[in-house]
Amino acid sequence: MITVDAMGDVCPIPVVKTKKALGEMTGAGEIEVLVDNETAVKNVTKMAKSSGASAQSEQLGEKKYRILITVGEEAAENAGKSNSGAKNRQSAQESTAEAGCRTCLGTVVAVSSDRMGDGSDELGHILMKSFIFAVTQLDDLPDKMIFYNGGAKLTVEGSECLEDLKTLADQGVEIMTCGTCLDYYGIKDKLAVGGVTNMYSIVETLQSAVNVIRP
Amino acid sequence: MQEEIRLTKFAKHGGCAAKIGPDTLSRVLDRLPKFSDPGLLVGFETSDDAAVYRITDDTAVIQTLDFFTPVVDDPYTFGQVAAANALSDVYAMGGEPKIALNIVCFPGELDPDVLGEILRGGADKVREAGAVLVGGHSIQDDVPKYGLSVTGLVHPDYIYKNFGCRKGDVLILTKQLGSGIVNTAVKAEMASRESEREVIRVMTTLNRKAKEAAGKFTVHACTDVTGFGLLGHCSEMASASRAAIEIYVDQIAFMQGAKEYAEMGLIPGGAYRNQKHAGRILDAGDVEEVYVDLVSDPQTSGGLLFAVPEDEAGDFLNALERAELGTKVSVVGKVTDSGVDDPVIRLCKKAGKL
Repeated sequence: MITVDAMGDVCPIPVVKTKKALGEMTGAGEIEVLVDNETAVKNVTKMAKSSGASAQSEQLGEKKYRILITVGEEAAENAGKSNSGAKNRQSAQESTAEAGCRTCLGTVVAVSSDRMGDGSDELGHILMKSFIFAVTQLDDLPDKMIFYNGGAKLTVEGSECLEDLKTLADQGVEIMTCGTCLDYYGIKDKLAVGGVTNMYSIVETLQSAVNVIRP
Repeated sequence: MQEEIRLTKFAKHGGCAAKIGPDTLSRVLDRLPKFSDPGLLVGFETSDDAAVYRITDDTAVIQTLDFFTPVVDDPYTFGQVAAANALSDVYAMGGEPKIALNIVCFPGELDPDVLGEILRGGADKVREAGAVLVGGHSIQDDVPKYGLSVTGLVHPDYIYKNFGCRKGDVLILTKQLGSGIVNTAVKAEMASRESEREVIRVMTTLNRKAKEAAGKFTVHACTDVTGFGLLGHCSEMASASRAAIEIYVDQIAFMQGAKEYAEMGLIPGGAYRNQKHAGRILDAGDVEEVYVDLVSDPQTSGGLLFAVPEDEAGDFLNALERAELGTKVSVVGKVTDSGVDDPVIRLCKKAGKL
């Protein structure tokens, strides 16, 4: 069993130490975390549960608590995965830092129409629907999707892409629609996923993105 | 500038998360003598944001003081955040800031240029607020602290108080929530750059435009959401107004990443203190724990929370949008009853209409 001593550490250090210990585990097993305050007990328990492990806490003394984290086979696999994900992200950040970009977003999808490509409108609609679905299937989801002009019609009630966009939003992709555009088409009260944005934020988002995908 | 200085390393608690808990505070304040004066329009007995004193029939002076330990590493940004936070108390009373004084604690061994940057950040925000900065007071201390004492003016008939909300009122918040949690994630080096940028942008935004946009509307109650979190400030409003308030957790605008970080346990201790304090009147229903954590998250330089009559809410939201606050405005809840014997805060999920 691994013991993490976080006595005397204030938030968020006990969580950081626990995350590190979880990441270093190679298989199923147990971690014991020692802390001296209730905030740390609650936060370490949340950290353990969010990585799929189970946690139980007990009070050992007046200012001494022990949290026992049990990592099953499945959780160990996940922890390993998320850890390598974090490493990837870090190396991506490092490389962008070298490129002189200080405020980078990773990938941004900019959608300016409810159709994809020129030619048949009907085909364009079908293509856009399958484009959005395909985005949901990416291993590396974009950080943000912005919708403007005709694209604003995709984030409102009745849009065929709504379910997929909600799935993306649930997975942490920020979905923003141009407010002026919603107003123009008179569909502002029908917005059904994500938030409203303005030109200033759109420019800032596009400027700070490493990749911009335009369907 | 010495880039290696990380101001937050000096502080155990940052920003409004450093506030003394509401339970402790009310126990101590209860023992203080009560002052009374016919000119005193708002004192501390209602836990409001600032004191208001009537000078003439159409002028009252607002007095407030706020300072805290570093919540961000960059000195200039810290100065901006602390000043925006202190000025906000004047806006929360419906007033205009006029005079500001610096309050400074700073370690003797630290590079004085760091202090210079903190003060420059503060001065820039005071200028943006249209007030004047006219000196202040500084002492040596191991932990840096910065803030302002601000004097503002307001018409005595148009003071925003933190109580007085009525049945049917819509609760509108002018900034997205999550600064305590995101700052904790930044400290843990687990925050995305986008989240970090967002929290700084939100914390340095003055509540000036939001207050000005509200000018044309009926405001039954107003406060700024700071250390006690949305939950704490709503429960103060509910208790003082004898009201029942519903908070729609799935309609609140949160900062990017805040929910994820909360689930990972990156939650400041103040959030748990706020939950405990509101516990007496809180009915969390079957809302997930993460939302309870999010709404109790202590905010640094948070937005204004307005209680406005339902029939004005739509126009009010449009006015806020036209004002281009640069932050996310959301309808966070509704006053479902007033004049009740048992004030209550009910958390619920409701994707319904306004």
